[in-house]
Amino acid sequence: MAEVVFFIAAIGAIAGALGTVALRNPFYSVLSLVCHLLALAALFLLLRAEFVAAAQVVVYAGAVMVLYVFVAAYVVGGDEPLGGTPGPGLRGVSVLFAGALLVVLCIATLGSGLSALGQEGAGFFPAFGSPKEIGRLLLTKFLLPFEVASFLLLVAAVGSVMLARRRSGLESAEAISVGDLFATIEPGDRTGTLTGAPAGTQLEAQEPVQK
Amino acid sequence: MSMEWYLVVSAFVFCIGAGGILVRRNPLVILLCLELMLNAANLALVTFARAHGNQDGQIFAIIVMVVAACEVTIGLGLIVALYRRRLPIDVDELRELQG
Repeated sequence: MAEVVFFIAAIGAIAGALGTVALRNPFYSVLSLVCHLLALAALFLLLRAEFVAAAQVVVYAGAVMVLYVFVAAYVVGGDEPLGGTPGPGLRGVSVLFAGALLVVLCIATLGSGLSALGQEGAGFFPAFGSPKEIGRLLLTKFLLPFEVASFLLLVAAVGSVMLARRRSGLESAEAISVGDLFATIEPGDRTGTLTGAPAGTQLEAQEPVQK
Repeated sequence: MSMEWYLVVSAFVFCIGAGGILVRRNPLVILLCLELMLNAANLALVTFARAHGNQDGQIFAIIVMVVAACEVTIGLGLIVALYRRRLPIDVDELRELQG
């Protein structure tokens, strides 16, 4: 039974990977990668990694792929076609490189002579890979990597917002008119509501700005 | 199932991802291929964790997932910034760092 599930999941994973690379439309590539991730989650379940499989489905196939789908829909909506095909020379060299890398990796893993790899795997206790065990490890033995990872996520979130924000501070001066911000702070007529304030702008009247 | 089968699948997926990074020119697809390579590494880590009966490899795989999520966030932010500035979404056209 495990063999059947393994071969189905392995074929699904490799087919999903091939589809990610080969499909022309980036949107279909993302969907193919979702299939690949689900097949990989099945492989993780076969390897007794329940929590990793659940995180794979929920975080990767759920959250990260939605981000990809949004960006693909946002960017592909433009006029210009995305990512044409490279020349035949580059493609041939790339395929050759990938094949050579596959040979090297297979020699490195299968020819390593590690006795643990030829068998079904070491013995394990019933809670192996369960959320309880992973949580216990993350909060005891691997507490520092856990905290560093959370800090890394924070840095990445702030950095992406800084990267993708609108850089239009000077251009939008006509649209928002900085003077409107100052106009409501005149000490004379503070009525309590900002909407009723006069909309005169000091910048447009060439007056020095008062803070 | 012998553990070697899982490692062969991992090697296949890693090579497909590496070839895809070289072949494709759309940065979005290049990020997807990077995900493929990271997932192949994850599969190898979990396989070794199972082979040795030790859960540390699974923790490593989870940390790799976190780093992959960060990389995706930054990469997609870069792509959106490129698109906002009307630059071509093509890594061959973006060879020069000219601000």
